[in-house]
Amino acid sequence: MLLNIQNLHVTYYSPGQKPVEAVRGVSFSVGAGESLGIVGESGCGKSSLAKTIIGLQPPSAGSLRFEGQELGSMKPAAFRHYRRVVQMIFQDAVGSINPRMTVRQTLEEVLHVHQMVPAGRVAGRVRELLDRVGLPETVLDAYPREISGGQCQRISFARCLALEPRLIIADEPVSALDVSVQARILNLVRTLQKELDLAIILISHDLAVVRNICDRVAVMYAGQFVESGPSANVLDAPQHAYTRELLAAVPDVGRALKERGRTHRFAPTCTGE
Amino acid sequence: MSVPLLQVVNLAVTFRQEGVETTPVRSVSLTVHAGERVAVVGESGCGKSLTALALTRLSPTDRARVSGRVLFEGTDTLTLGTRALTRVRGQGIAYVFQDPTASLNPVMRVSDQIAECLPDLRRADRLAAAIDLLTKTGLPDPARAARAYPCELSGGQQQRVMLAMALAARPKLLVSDEPTTALDVTTQRHVLNLIDDLTDAYNMAVLLITHNLGLVAGRMERVYVMYAGQVVESGAVTDVLARPRHPYTRGLLSAVPLLDAPRNTPLQDIPGTVPSPDAWPAGCAFAPRCTDDEPRCHTDQPPETLADGRMHRCWPRPQTGQQKTPTALCGSRGRSPSIALPQP
Repeated sequence: MLLNIQNLHVTYYSPGQKPVEAVRGVSFSVGAGESLGIVGESGCGKSSLAKTIIGLQPPSAGSLRFEGQELGSMKPAAFRHYRRVVQMIFQDAVGSINPRMTVRQTLEEVLHVHQMVPAGRVAGRVRELLDRVGLPETVLDAYPREISGGQCQRISFARCLALEPRLIIADEPVSALDVSVQARILNLVRTLQKELDLAIILISHDLAVVRNICDRVAVMYAGQFVESGPSANVLDAPQHAYTRELLAAVPDVGRALKERGRTHRFAPTCTGE
Repeated sequence: MSVPLLQVVNLAVTFRQEGVETTPVRSVSLTVHAGERVAVVGESGCGKSLTALALTRLSPTDRARVSGRVLFEGTDTLTLGTRALTRVRGQGIAYVFQDPTASLNPVMRVSDQIAECLPDLRRADRLAAAIDLLTKTGLPDPARAARAYPCELSGGQQQRVMLAMALAARPKLLVSDEPTTALDVTTQRHVLNLIDDLTDAYNMAVLLITHNLGLVAGRMERVYVMYAGQVVESGAVTDVLARPRHPYTRGLLSAVPLLDAPRNTPLQDIPGTVPSPDAWPAGCAFAPRCTDDEPRCHTDQPPETLADGRMHRCWPRPQTGQQKTPTALCGSRGRSPSIALPQP
């Protein structure tokens, strides 16, 4: 197993206030090349879990093992390796890129810091990365504000891929994007995952997105997983009442039209009448 | 047919900055009848929000020039005097915007903000009226919420406060601009159900601005699809979304991931981006991204085609007597249809 989490707890303490238990006993594992979706509404602990996995927030109890090694007892060199191979994509793509650096500088920086390639090969690697995420070389000298949100999200992916990660945690990577751009980013995620044997943890509240990308899905509520399993099973035959409520809340075009007695069949026939 | 509640005719919004004129909204016409639920959909940058703001001249007046006609109950809001316009705002047309945190005043208690919308009441009665409005929006413990500052409430609660303010003057049309984009799916459902219930109770019409086709499919009666400052398709929701006629509508629909689609089906995206208002293409604005384009699409503006209560703005194709195969139509330029759907 790439990542194995057992009975993980995350608790926030602040003076004079009751401790807040954001994650209460979560267990799961993710193998190489697997994709897990974590769904739930805001405040359920999804982001605390993500922060703990990438090592920004120490767990208060439980075990987090990566390739068999316990995160808390890693030697500095092992931890640096962990920090490199586990990467995160954020919802706010524009906000997660330094506004005062060009795309080229952003990508070169990570390559230098982690000494991914010899100095002479940096420029070539940057071009490879751009190509990988489907961006033209013309964006290299642009600043984040000069390119679109979708392009910024691609830069985030390129920056992750520069470090040759094994696991990417994507926290609502497409919820701020227009539907056509969202489709492109999701297609990119799927291709990257297949071609690079990447493991992906996709945090989202959009069950249709999770269904499209993930092998397995875990439904989180009040700091715990209330249901998990293969995404088709969980989403087609939800067992937990909360999963059913989440599913019912998704505004789905296909389902809504079916309820109104119309079939959404433009794609197979596509004649536009 | 009675006089429509709102009739927008050839609305255009032009900005003039540093001597350069851009027209992000060009010639939008739409109609909302009393009590009707109408949606405007499109990607960001299509002019949806500017259209909504222009209805009551809320667009930045120092820079924007609004032309066309906006007939609300028969009077043109674009030519109304300030006093009459103020009456239309709030009592005629009320707004709920996307970001409640930014719309509410952070240093005023909720009750005071709602009371501002109730100028006709005596000061002493305003608090009770505010609490009453909050109760109608289903806020738990409305008396406490009325005393709270916006930052003490969650996003969903704040949006309910916005709704209470919008309802205060009993408007006839509620314009909600992406009212639930910042909210969770479950909260989103609660807020939208609430809007549905309240509009029924008050017999209000709703103009919903959104990019979420799922919301449109589930709740609205008619839809206007906007692209590059124009309406490219309109009609009954069930017709337009089940049988889209404009390639842009088809593209939007194909890009949406569906709950019942199998895993790993690639989504069909729309290549390219919405053109910028300072560089609208010469012909059909969608032609550069269209997979079904012809030479004339790039040079000439397509006409509006009106048929069976629907409109679409696309050059008529040579009518297919022969049934083309799905791949031949959808998969032109080497793409295949992506969404497997139950056949009727």
